[in-house]
Amino acid sequence: MSIVTVQLGQCGNQIGFEVFDTLFTDSHSSQGLCSKRENEAYQASCQERFFREEESGVPVARAVLVDMEPKVINQTLSKAAQSGRWKYGQHSCFCQKQGSGNNWAYGYSVHGPRHEASIMNLTRKEVERCDSLRGFFIIMSMAGGTGSGLGAFITQNLQDQYSNSLRMNQVIWPYGTGEVIVQNYNSILTLSHLYRSSDALLVHENDAVHKICAKLMNIKHISFSDMNQVLAHQLGSVFQPTYAGEGSFRYRGNPLGDLMEHLVPHPEFKMLGVRNIPQMSENSLAYSTFTWAGLLKHLRQMLISNAKMEEGNRNFKNSNIPPRAKLHFPSCHRFIHSLWERKRYIDHICIVFIVEGFKDPALYTSWMEPAHAFSMWKTQRAFNKYEKSAALVSNSQFLVKPLDMIVGKAWNMFASKAYIHQYTKFGIEEEDFLDSFTLLEQVVASYSSL
Amino acid sequence: MTQSVVVQVGQCGNQIGCCFWDLVLREHAAVNQKGIYDEAIGSFFRNVDTRVVGDSGNISRGKIGSLKARAVLIDMEEGVVNELLQGPLRDLFDGKQLITDKSGSGNNWAVGHKVFGSLYREQILEKLRKSAEHCDCLQSFFILHSMGGGTGSGLGTFLLKVLEDEFPEVFRFVTSVYPASEDDVITSPYNSILAMKELEEHADCVLPIDNQSLFDIISKIDLVVNSGKSGAVVKPESLVTSNDGALKRRHKKPFDAVNNIVANLLLNLTSSARFEGPLNMDLNEISMNLVPFPRLHFLVSSLTPLYTLADVNIPSRRLKPTLQFVSWNQDGWKTSLCSVPPVGHSHSLLALANNTCVKPTFIELRERFMRLYKKKAHLHHYVQVEGMEESCFAEALSSLSALIQDYHELDVTRNMPGHDVPRLSVAV
Repeated sequence: MSIVTVQLGQCGNQIGFEVFDTLFTDSHSSQGLCSKRENEAYQASCQERFFREEESGVPVARAVLVDMEPKVINQTLSKAAQSGRWKYGQHSCFCQKQGSGNNWAYGYSVHGPRHEASIMNLTRKEVERCDSLRGFFIIMSMAGGTGSGLGAFITQNLQDQYSNSLRMNQVIWPYGTGEVIVQNYNSILTLSHLYRSSDALLVHENDAVHKICAKLMNIKHISFSDMNQVLAHQLGSVFQPTYAGEGSFRYRGNPLGDLMEHLVPHPEFKMLGVRNIPQMSENSLAYSTFTWAGLLKHLRQMLISNAKMEEGNRNFKNSNIPPRAKLHFPSCHRFIHSLWERKRYIDHICIVFIVEGFKDPALYTSWMEPAHAFSMWKTQRAFNKYEKSAALVSNSQFLVKPLDMIVGKAWNMFASKAYIHQYTKFGIEEEDFLDSFTLLEQVVASYSSL
Repeated sequence: MTQSVVVQVGQCGNQIGCCFWDLVLREHAAVNQKGIYDEAIGSFFRNVDTRVVGDSGNISRGKIGSLKARAVLIDMEEGVVNELLQGPLRDLFDGKQLITDKSGSGNNWAVGHKVFGSLYREQILEKLRKSAEHCDCLQSFFILHSMGGGTGSGLGTFLLKVLEDEFPEVFRFVTSVYPASEDDVITSPYNSILAMKELEEHADCVLPIDNQSLFDIISKIDLVVNSGKSGAVVKPESLVTSNDGALKRRHKKPFDAVNNIVANLLLNLTSSARFEGPLNMDLNEISMNLVPFPRLHFLVSSLTPLYTLADVNIPSRRLKPTLQFVSWNQDGWKTSLCSVPPVGHSHSLLALANNTCVKPTFIELRERFMRLYKKKAHLHHYVQVEGMEESCFAEALSSLSALIQDYHELDVTRNMPGHDVPRLSVAV
């Protein structure tokens, strides 16, 4: 029933903190319109999944923090401890003095083997404290050195040592321009290795989250902290407890497993994305009301137009019957599967029609039956101050373009042999690059052929 | 947190170093109000209990006892170092960190490199090893020197080879001051070109500083300050343009202002490694991101505000259309954010660029060299030094020409769309 999180590198640790904070805040925030017993069951389930009890009574996150330089981990630990509501385990972190220098090869070939024993030891201790381990979250970025290189190495190790547990990597896709110059190299190396050793890659794009912050949340000077909070909100809405099945009121015991079962039917297609509505600033929240009909319509629109956030344009005509026939389906977007969670429903009849909209076979690839392709998870409890919210996790072609772009840029750089000496210094040869390119071109081709 | 050791060689190097230490102290004093020795200070200073004799006086935590700079000072004549030791910063330096001689190098690279190099090699090694031992995790050496003189350029570059052999994993950042065209040293082109060869081969990253540009900057600042225009955004109190209140001297020395700028450059460079921020950058990341080919490691630096304030929030997006990148690196930006601003400013921006604009500078340097070399002027001073031959000159020249050629090739691709190598195609 428990999930162990491994946070890697600066990005991983900063986001990991926000995720645990959001999960904790949500489980202790207002319960919306559900009953008290309901709320307690929710809280207990969330607690079991992500935290463990210690003698002091303060819940401790089930997490292992890894970074090659101490600044970020120290910050993260102190922020968590400061809040007083939850904290990280005292001995759950591993750090060194000097970072990986944005060098994937350094993270993978030098730091990996050197610190393999200690890190796996820490993980094992955390795993032993779980009653039943349901899987691993690995939070990392693709552009840097530690998160990407060491992350790939650790994921491989987890595959070797815990082959029966599932591994879901939360991968942060860098901005299109200008975080790190060698980000394209680091990204392709990471993705190709993760594709072999991870079970699913839940991808969060920096550009998309940035847009959400700018347009929907109206934040003027967007900091990484703001972006991390949005990310954490998205993740939390997917992984907080939900009912086990239609009509059941027990909480789902194996969210990762069920998710993967539905969403990753074929090992060639492992990349998932999340969309979540509503997302708005706290100020607007007080003045907004939601209906399920509206929310779900927007969500479906977002899915079809491949948008990451509500665009605010109204293509639908106002009628009670969802105008399936009147919609234009862009033929390039095919989905393998959509899995959908939400909380609390009121108006049953209207919902059914819209839900049917999601079951439209035109949305899905030919080898997937719409009935299997789509499933819905729900719970009555409100999430994180939104009395109604919905999240959609989908395995679709949405990443083809960004992936193609990254592979293209990396290939260009590789053709002129720029920066290669920095990688060969630490044992990553040109053949390794070529292998990565081959694998990713394959992925791009497979997704495009859907 | 990692530590860095500063090695200052020659007159120029030591004068810059003096400014640098002064600024670092002031910056840390402003940030660290409680006087606790923390990791940020630890990157450049050791905390010592002066009552204890010998090396066991190092205190790793707690209140600051006495700070000692992690530095090695080298000069072949005593004037500059002595002045340092009699000035207000004298307590900062351990007597064992100095190497001096009496006679100087006579503006002769060969003397600095060959004669003093071999003479002082063991001593230099020993001092470096000592400083390294005092460090928990040594990340980089900063070498400060000039290219035009004898000690700085000769012995300074000799040092690079020693560092490469002895500490291969530690980064070598070199801040080199290139002579202006009206330099007062006639043989400065010889010294510079001979030193360039060493820099190309043994340094990880070079930050070339052009004296001429520095003078231009200072005169521009003076112009703005003195004209008293309304709306002039110069901050007379800022650390960058003056060091009033720092070292009280009766007369302002002529190179103070320019040295200040260079010192600020170093300060900003290391700020992300010393202080926290939402997007950290370590020094090894600079080398990783900005050096695409091993020999092209000359990074041009620009710093603001010197006399204007700039908007720091994600500046890259605004600059993008005006800059011309190589075709295979269209988004060649690496950004880093640090939460602690420099003293006297609310924010500042340091830009490091690996830019083919260094090519004309090198070409000009080569021309000045050729003017002397064609006539074999002053050559005998060099050749009469033991171990130095005329072939050294030829090698240095060809090495520089090759470098210029490399930059030229990249420059030429500027306006052409990249000829894309076709990508791998896979059978589905």
